[in-house]
Amino acid sequence: MRKVLVIFAHPKYEHSEVNQALIRSIEGLEGVTIRDLYELYPDFNIDVQSEQELLFEHEIILFQHPFYWYSCPPLLKQWMDLVLEFGWAYGPGGIYLKGKYLLSSITSGGSSEAYQPDGKNRFTLEELLRPFEQTAYLCKMEYLPYFHIGGTHRIKDDELNQKSLDFQKLVFHLRDAEKIVSESLPHLEQNLS
Amino acid sequence: MSGFLPSAIVYILAAIVCVPIAKRLGMGSVLGYLLAGIAIGPYLVGFIQEGQDIMHYTEFGVVMMLFLIGLELEPENLWKMKNLILNAGLTQVLVTSALIIGLGIAFGFTWQISITIGFSMALSSTAIVLQSLKEKNVMGSPVGKLSFGVLLMQDIAVIPILAILPLLAVANETVNTSGEGHGFIEQFPAWVQTLSLFGAVGLVILLGRYGFGPLLNYVSKTHLRELFTASALLIVVGITFLMEFVGLSPALGTFLGGVILANSPYKHALESDLDPFKGLLLGMFFMAVGATINFGLIFSNASIIISATIGVIILKSLVLLIIGKIKKLEIGNNLKFAIGLSQIGEFSFVTYAFASQLGIIDLSISDTLMAITALSMTITPILMVILDKVIFPKMSTNQGPKKEMDTIETRSKVILVGFSHFGSTLGRFLRANGVEATVLDYNPDRVDFLRKMGFKVYYGDATRLDLLHSAGAEEATLLISAIKNPETNLKLIEICKENFPKLEIMLRAKNRVDAYELMEAGMENIYREHLDTSIRMGEDALKKLGFRAHTIHRLAASFKKYDEEALKVLVQYKNNQKEYISKIKLQIESQETLLSGELSRKFSMNDHAWDSEAMKNPEN
Ligand SMILES: Cc1cc2nc3c(=O)[nH]c(=O)nc-3n(C[C@H](O)[C@H](O)[C@H](O)COP(=O)(O)O)c2cc1C
Repeated sequence: MRKVLVIFAHPKYEHSEVNQALIRSIEGLEGVTIRDLYELYPDFNIDVQSEQELLFEHEIILFQHPFYWYSCPPLLKQWMDLVLEFGWAYGPGGIYLKGKYLLSSITSGGSSEAYQPDGKNRFTLEELLRPFEQTAYLCKMEYLPYFHIGGTHRIKDDELNQKSLDFQKLVFHLRDAEKIVSESLPHLEQNLS
Repeated sequence: MSGFLPSAIVYILAAIVCVPIAKRLGMGSVLGYLLAGIAIGPYLVGFIQEGQDIMHYTEFGVVMMLFLIGLELEPENLWKMKNLILNAGLTQVLVTSALIIGLGIAFGFTWQISITIGFSMALSSTAIVLQSLKEKNVMGSPVGKLSFGVLLMQDIAVIPILAILPLLAVANETVNTSGEGHGFIEQFPAWVQTLSLFGAVGLVILLGRYGFGPLLNYVSKTHLRELFTASALLIVVGITFLMEFVGLSPALGTFLGGVILANSPYKHALESDLDPFKGLLLGMFFMAVGATINFGLIFSNASIIISATIGVIILKSLVLLIIGKIKKLEIGNNLKFAIGLSQIGEFSFVTYAFASQLGIIDLSISDTLMAITALSMTITPILMVILDKVIFPKMSTNQGPKKEMDTIETRSKVILVGFSHFGSTLGRFLRANGVEATVLDYNPDRVDFLRKMGFKVYYGDATRLDLLHSAGAEEATLLISAIKNPETNLKLIEICKENFPKLEIMLRAKNRVDAYELMEAGMENIYREHLDTSIRMGEDALKKLGFRAHTIHRLAASFKKYDEEALKVLVQYKNNQKEYISKIKLQIESQETLLSGELSRKFSMNDHAWDSEAMKNPEN
């Protein structure tokens, strides 16, 4: 069993719908730790040491956040800036994340169609998530395909329920699967649809 | 002119007329006082006949000055100077006196007279040199340090010189010592004398360590300023007396006392209380020197006296120049150092008087010698002015005195007034960030207590201008008042506005009402002591009720901001109860709508804007 660390950032979680559903579906699961950054560090004063200790203990790192301005909310960026230290996460001696898995789980107003070369947002999510992919690369982690819920403004309850279950299934898979193979993750078909 | 009042008036008037003129001409106060002394002395206006006596009394100013200098020099720093004092100082004293003794013998004086003159002339004037250095604010520069080191050695040299003179008299076989020469201790055998020398120095150190602190603590509890001043005087006079009793240099003794008290919490209070005395006495002293210049004698012996004076100045300067060169002073600084110290010091007045008492030299020689001393004391400040105004501007390229100099005492840029729980928390936070504030507190017991915990706290009433001065308010950027008493704060504001307009003030206020008063005094940086704590408590309470931490954190910050802004509006209505209440209501209302608007603002309201046109929900 792998341990899963969910680094979760939502500045206004009390008004969230989609992210609440996702978090609730994995809350309290064995082997799954959720770090609610905006609750832990309301003043952005991140405790680097304990974050690094947690990272070290877990094998799967999952960034969970709404997609804001084609990126993550600022506290997650601050977390990356401070926690992924030179000599710890990357650079000489930066070996503590080596071999771990990183993936992004994002929700966005734009649906998958809007994230196409001919869509409103012109670039695919894969392209827009490059900074995270490259972060994983620099830290010698394997970057797995993202999990995505788009069109948050028009999502129906049963649809959201289904998505949450998919998400839960993904987390279980990451936690329990014998071997993690990028190409055969359970959520891949949906991303394409 | 006789009687105390008329002479006081003449002295003061002369000083008031001459010193500002001298300063305006860039000559420094020393020269001003000297000229004032000459003006009222027997050879010009003739008001003052008794220059010698006055000089004798006012020499106490020199003693006080050394005490004050000691106060600014912490023992570790003195220890760091030991090489300077020994190498440069001792070389100067020995080489210069040897040369003058040699010349004296070559000119046909007896060796006893030559030795007396040699040693007397080797010493420079502590009063003149230090006063000028302080006035130019260069005590901490390389020139200042080297000068100080040499002067200190000279002061130490006074001890053996005074011990040698009676021996010369014995050799001269005109034994005339009556014991009134210097120490009362003279009559005892040598070993008793030596022992008492060490005893006296030990006593000063012991008192400085363990005696003066409790005395000042006890006195300061009465909060009677004059008693504190009196105690400060007692310390200086007491040490002086003790030193004279055993035949040591009082200046050296008080200097030592000062150094020991440099770490004491009463440092700034002592400084500010003694400074005016020192200033007055020194001024008088310089005037007395001016008044003793015997122009009659000088004119009748013009060629001898003038050439001797110039000769001594040149000789001393050359020796000092070589020392400066060895100590790697660059030429401009070296000239300042050498010429600055090239006069003959006030100590020679004492030795000449003593020597003529002992019968080593006769009265006419002693008069001539004193004239040379006084003349040299007047000439060197003039030479310094010429150096500064005429020579340096011409050689400005290789002067470069602008380079950063390390000062004897680095003053912090922040003054923190009041070191109660509030102030000490603040102080600890600043210190944790590498900002060591100069802390003043008015409660002697608290000062003692905090000192034991390792805080550098000074005793003193911050509403006293002189104390603020000695705490460095002039150079400070920030004054933080952690006092809660609004009257004290208002007084402090008034003083600072008037005297240190550039100093930024931050104030603690107990509540709204006090804050209003401070605002009306034109203050901007006001910190109500309960504001942050109560909001923080509210923040935590809301979190316990299930609100999200980050949201509440932001709302708390906005709440504080609105409250501070409201205060600025409300202060205008504070004297009109009805208006005030209605304004407050309005403020509270608008504050609440603003905050609740923020609280309920949904983030994902416009999510459709990120989606393709076709995908947008038709109902929106
Ligand atoms: C400040 C802000 C920026 C946003 N930027 C984007 C964006 O760049 N692309 C996008 O598709 N949606 C964007 N959205 C929509 C969010 O992704 C959407 O509100 C969120 O995923 C909804 O999840 P929730 O219900 O958990 O809050 C933005 C929303 C906000 C409030």
